[in-house]
Amino acid sequence: MTLLRTKLDNGLQVLIRESHAAPVVSVWAWYRAGVRNERQGMTGISHWVEHMLFKGSERWPEGAADEAIARDGGISNGMTWYDFTTYFETLPAHKISLALDIESDRMRNVTFDPGEVESERTVIISERQGNENSPLFLLGEEVSAAAYRVHPYGHETLGHLCDLQTMTCDMLRDYYRTYYAPNNAILAIAGDFNAGEIERITERYFGKIKAGPDIPPVSAVEPPQRGERRVVVEGAGQTDYLNVAFHMPAARHEDEAGRPTYFALTVLNAVLAGASGFLVGGGVTNHTSRLYQALVEKEFAIDVSGSLMTTVDPGLYQLTATAWPGRTLEDVEATLWAEIERLQTSPVTQAELEKAQHQARALFAYASESTTHQAFWLGYSEIFADYEWFTHYLDNIAAVTTEDVQRVAQTYLRPQNRTTGWYLARK
Amino acid sequence: MYKRKQTLSLPGPDDIVRQTLPNGITVLARENFTSPTVVVSGYLHAGAADVPAFTDGASTDGAPTNGRDKIGLAGFTTDVLERGTRARSFAQLYEEIESIAASFGINSGVQTTGFGARGLAEHLPLLLGILNDVLRNPAFEKNQVEKARAEILTDLQERETSPRRMAALTFRALAYPEEHPYHWSQTGYRETIERITRDDLAQFHKTFFSPQDAVIVVTGAIKAPDAVQAVAAAFGDWQGSRPSQAGLPPAPPLTERREQRLTIEDKAQSDLILGWPGPARADPDFIPCFVANTVFGVFGMYGRLGKIVRTTNGLAYYVYSNIEGGKGPGPWRIIAGVNPANVDKTVALILQELHRLRDTRVTKDELRDTQSFLTGSLPLQLETNSGVARALLNIERHGLGLDYLQRYTEMIMAVTAQQVQDVAQRWLDPEHYALAIVDPTGSGDTV
Repeated sequence: MTLLRTKLDNGLQVLIRESHAAPVVSVWAWYRAGVRNERQGMTGISHWVEHMLFKGSERWPEGAADEAIARDGGISNGMTWYDFTTYFETLPAHKISLALDIESDRMRNVTFDPGEVESERTVIISERQGNENSPLFLLGEEVSAAAYRVHPYGHETLGHLCDLQTMTCDMLRDYYRTYYAPNNAILAIAGDFNAGEIERITERYFGKIKAGPDIPPVSAVEPPQRGERRVVVEGAGQTDYLNVAFHMPAARHEDEAGRPTYFALTVLNAVLAGASGFLVGGGVTNHTSRLYQALVEKEFAIDVSGSLMTTVDPGLYQLTATAWPGRTLEDVEATLWAEIERLQTSPVTQAELEKAQHQARALFAYASESTTHQAFWLGYSEIFADYEWFTHYLDNIAAVTTEDVQRVAQTYLRPQNRTTGWYLARK
Repeated sequence: MYKRKQTLSLPGPDDIVRQTLPNGITVLARENFTSPTVVVSGYLHAGAADVPAFTDGASTDGAPTNGRDKIGLAGFTTDVLERGTRARSFAQLYEEIESIAASFGINSGVQTTGFGARGLAEHLPLLLGILNDVLRNPAFEKNQVEKARAEILTDLQERETSPRRMAALTFRALAYPEEHPYHWSQTGYRETIERITRDDLAQFHKTFFSPQDAVIVVTGAIKAPDAVQAVAAAFGDWQGSRPSQAGLPPAPPLTERREQRLTIEDKAQSDLILGWPGPARADPDFIPCFVANTVFGVFGMYGRLGKIVRTTNGLAYYVYSNIEGGKGPGPWRIIAGVNPANVDKTVALILQELHRLRDTRVTKDELRDTQSFLTGSLPLQLETNSGVARALLNIERHGLGLDYLQRYTEMIMAVTAQQVQDVAQRWLDPEHYALAIVDPTGSGDTV
């Protein structure tokens, strides 16, 4: 598989990977503009700008790009997350120019029409309200907010309602002009083509775009947490939920001895709550995990799951459980803490470690099955680390030892480092 | 413009191996060595529609029954099937599966029970062995039955406060008469789930689970003939048949406007579903309806509906239409999530667009765009093993022929604007429809 990487004079990072499995191509444009870049008063702006970028430009008026892609049998979408906003098209291979045309236009030429901002305001608020219908969204939002008091990761991608009600067209346009520039972007392309030829075409579409101003640095650093934080959300329903968040380091973090932390936490999570998949590719069941055994098998919880944030700045490791009917969240918590203590006081078994490593290998294969996912990884890994992070992922997982897992359990799963959230249903 | 010869290779008679085993199981296999994984997907003939006949007058606890007091039995049975066999306890089963990062699942439909597994190709024999074991030798261990029951009851509790799920449930009850299986929730209801006994589950399994006319598809990094061999090795000794299965009845057309509003307090968004019983997959109208639905609520960003409700009026984050097809008259629905203040306006816009689809033919451009979307996106849908497996199951379930995917373009391109208008007039009646609204602030019945 040929991988070609280059940087255009305007700063645009380009990664191109040949993949001849299917006659398709997937183009992803990534911008370092996400929750991380948002300040109070403008929360949700990255996501809203993402919506506006489907509103069109002079060359591609509203709906025209979506329709052109659909007409050629393609799919496209956008996504906003902690560290990025991204847009992709997957198309029959010979239609790649269409995707490059749309993405190069979207980088600089989108019209921010005040009328369209107003009509999109209700759509954005509606998206938020749809999420608010879910108890786990309401709880997750409170837990993140309590876990972070300084860093922007503490608010939702969707933003606060008051910001969504007051954000102006000028704010959105300024944000777009600042962050949507080749010097803040990554173009990732995978598919059935000749990489050299695609590099030349890419240069033609993107090479003339001028670099933008320097990107405002993110200076926020979350101070160490000095004791447990607790939040309670009350709401409709008959089911109680528990959500616990521990601060964890950034994806690239290495400890003072040069040992990477993320991979040890990945193995820890697989043993404790079950191997979770990546953003793409799906996962596996977790019925042999320690928490499933302790919480679900013993009828404290209906289900339990764990997830790690893979981010530029320190993220959260979260555990979520649904209380068994008639059980209290105190019961669920006590069992959970006991299992965490077990991880801290004695190493996981060699068999548990090896199982987690096998699982990582298979999940990795699932996550890179389609051309769309291959292009996703090219760009995504560059956002929080680099593509080598992805290509070395399995080696790094294989290098994790039982001592590593115990050490990160002792370091990060301390009570002082956690935020505990309860959703109490008003039965 | 970058040009490259398009080398489309759609699955067809040349590369799909299809073989029916002596016990009645049809196996389809297609190889794909681009990733080291394999997907198994299949179904057998047992489902929610079998429950009333099964329970009618045949209650194992001796209580009187009207044939509907054990709704959810089929789904409950598959949940317990996933929880251990006579050879493998729950713990052993998941230790085997999870230690190789594979997954498997069984789910219940109206007429069929679907099952599937995914893993690395080297583990195919183990995956098939486990599927065979869970489908044929369930333990129905008492403790596992109670765990499954608790899971289902919690899920039903969550449903009661989910506007989206309650809208779906209410819509079914409005659009289909009580005699039709589509009227009822397949998951069941609190009182029916509480009533189901371990013996009901075991008896339901014993009566209806058989290899008769079952289908198993294997796609992935294994040679197709070897895949067929592997299925035969795992399932070849399964013998048996089930009582004859009644077809799904047609649904009477709606002759009035049936609307129901529910209130779930303390929610931020309203959910609404407006629709009708739609055409079965075998209905000659299905393909033109499918094209009409794409124009109406799919193409680009949610089709015409998206344009008027979301883009122009900014009323909803999602509004789209969906046509189910299937063996019976599955629903044709318009689904939207909107601010409570915009419910009536959204309904009015939906009705206005329905009139337009019926009164005026779609333009040439609109039809051509939709057709090229439907045909052009086929390679993308077939990019993964699970995508191919889904397509092959669909072909077998509806008897579409192994060359279906190769004929698909021709079929879609043959649909005319006149046909789209005809089917819209036949199926999408803007005066007589079912409308379910779940609204946090409304004056509807409180859940």
